[in-house]
Amino acid sequence: MSVTVFIPRDTTALALGANQIAAQLESLAQDQGAAIKIVRNGSRGLFWLEPLLEVQTDQGRVAYGPVCVDDLPALLQAGMLKGSQQHPLCQGLTEAIPYLKNQQRLTFARAGITDPLSIDDYLAHAGFKGLHKALHSSPQAIVDTVKTSGLRGRGGAAFPTGIKWQTVLDAPTSAAPANGADGQKYIVCNADEGDSGTFADRLVMEADPYMLIEGMCIAGLAVGATQGYIYLRSEYPMAQQILNQAIELATQAGYLGDNLCGSGQCFQLEVRLGAGAYICGEETSLLESLEGKRGLVRAKPPLPALVGLFGRPTVVNNVLSLAAIPYILAEGGEAYANYGMGRSRGTLAFQLAGNIARGGLIELAFGTSLRTLLEEYGDGSATGQPLRAVQVGGPLGAYLPESQWDTALDYEAFAAVGAVLGHGGIVAFDASVDMAQQARFAMEFCAVESCGKCTPCRIGSTRGVEVIDKLIQDQSCEQSRDANLLLLTDLCDTLELGSLCAMGGMTPNPVRSALSYFPEDFLPKSPASAPRLSGENDHA
Amino acid sequence: MSGISAAEHSVISTQVERLKRQPGALLPILHGIQEQLGYIPTAATPIIAAALRQTRAEIEGVISFYHHFRTSPPGRHQLQICRAEACQARGANALEQHAQARLGIGYHQTTLDLEYSLEPVYCLGNCACGPSVRVGDEILGKVDPQRFDQLLKQLATLPLESN
Repeated sequence: MSVTVFIPRDTTALALGANQIAAQLESLAQDQGAAIKIVRNGSRGLFWLEPLLEVQTDQGRVAYGPVCVDDLPALLQAGMLKGSQQHPLCQGLTEAIPYLKNQQRLTFARAGITDPLSIDDYLAHAGFKGLHKALHSSPQAIVDTVKTSGLRGRGGAAFPTGIKWQTVLDAPTSAAPANGADGQKYIVCNADEGDSGTFADRLVMEADPYMLIEGMCIAGLAVGATQGYIYLRSEYPMAQQILNQAIELATQAGYLGDNLCGSGQCFQLEVRLGAGAYICGEETSLLESLEGKRGLVRAKPPLPALVGLFGRPTVVNNVLSLAAIPYILAEGGEAYANYGMGRSRGTLAFQLAGNIARGGLIELAFGTSLRTLLEEYGDGSATGQPLRAVQVGGPLGAYLPESQWDTALDYEAFAAVGAVLGHGGIVAFDASVDMAQQARFAMEFCAVESCGKCTPCRIGSTRGVEVIDKLIQDQSCEQSRDANLLLLTDLCDTLELGSLCAMGGMTPNPVRSALSYFPEDFLPKSPASAPRLSGENDHA
Repeated sequence: MSGISAAEHSVISTQVERLKRQPGALLPILHGIQEQLGYIPTAATPIIAAALRQTRAEIEGVISFYHHFRTSPPGRHQLQICRAEACQARGANALEQHAQARLGIGYHQTTLDLEYSLEPVYCLGNCACGPSVRVGDEILGKVDPQRFDQLLKQLATLPLESN
């Protein structure tokens, strides 16, 4: 009997040497005459333990991590292939690791358990149950189930998914558009996961791609769309490879194409690659990009639900929103809505990143505190220094000091303290962080990534970098300091109130929070302190 | 057809012919060309424009909008360093300074021996295990200055055709 060993093939595991480990293990096992079968699974999302090897035993999978190639001889010596727990890298049974055990995994229930490309694995773990239900439901019944679940868009804007779908379902298909796409509606998956500190979309696509495919099929059936696109960022080459293979296999097996599971219904799916523009995560910019244009933000209205891709009614949903759909259809809207608090129903995939000892994916019902995530799950900083600032919700989210860490992780509670939950990314910084530099970076990032359509964002961001530079460098007199501070505050107001989309509108979040929570970092420093770091603009 | 070889011209035409009938064909065409040639030669613009019945200005406008597309040949190894916040929190600032000093180039530049191009990138999705660097289609995690030097050593010994 051969022993099954699981070695993940997701980006983080690969970035830390998973392929080399798989090759070396294969050859060592051969040398020792041990029969092993290596399965390249997705990651469990416990990135602090990657590369995480798991060995199948009668008691369940036993985990070893973080493993490097040089550890393999000792691990084998210590009886790893028998599931022995002698070696210090052994983490015990995977399912019993508290970091994983204490989560409420609905969307990520299969992540790391299955071979991402095995349809048999997917079916064995409740895969395509939602699709079968959808195929026997009316479009309105599907939309009603999604409404009941209370699911809100997981991309950051948190718009109720069921209402968006209803709008597209109700949109007339008769109006003849100029380009001949008569009657067509589209499902577009926003997989342009550009926020720093987020990797949940990537984990879905790399660990459980059929779940996304199933979610998109159901969306198509719900609104009457027969064509779907996944707009994937070009920074995710592994996700691209896995998605394309999964689409091909799903088509062969009848879960995509002209005749979904023999029902006569049709849904085609294609991956389209972005090209390194952060702004294309904004839905209207994304649609422009899909149409082959510059990713300039469109004014709303009209809503993409009515006038979307190629002018047709279009559902644009984030990966995690669509990935939540199979569970909701399979188990019912109420089952999902039973998780969460207030108007934030279900679970959110929190992503713990940056300077944190135990970074990874933590799926929990809404309502946990930031402190629980940082201290109980994250175990403090990676460097051992105290944590000082935490940025939640990507580069457009606020920096929060320790005094705010007891805020409940819920859309409304975060809005109440002037912060955003966004896509659930949490980036931790230790005591060495210079918050004036982080504020400067927020403006610099906006200057690099602005689509350029509206003036406050395009020009305001560049002026913002200049004003912050002056503020940091020109500490000569209090008068000019105050004038620069006033100018910066005024500029933030202009960006917030005058920008067309969230890029310019939310760039003030990190700047203002840095100023108000960490004002000491903007005060004169001793002359010996380091000069500002060189940024991209210095070379452009 | 100035500036490009007959072989390059043929690559461009093939990609354009293969993809031009897709809805929203321009980005797939540009990706197709860059994947084959490493960049998008200026001479590609009129060919694409004619096939898609768009103006050359429209094509140029799209190429220049996206950071991913380049209009000059890259070095043999394309290095991207993540500059985003999660990697900054784990030492990306020190890494980028080290890399620039070590290679003697800034971002968007190529070394004189045409070995390395250096680009910034904003997030590779490896945010719990940064600083992250992308080389070709491979992503590396926990890259400190020392690991960066090891990487350069490995790349320097790679045979020419492997990239």
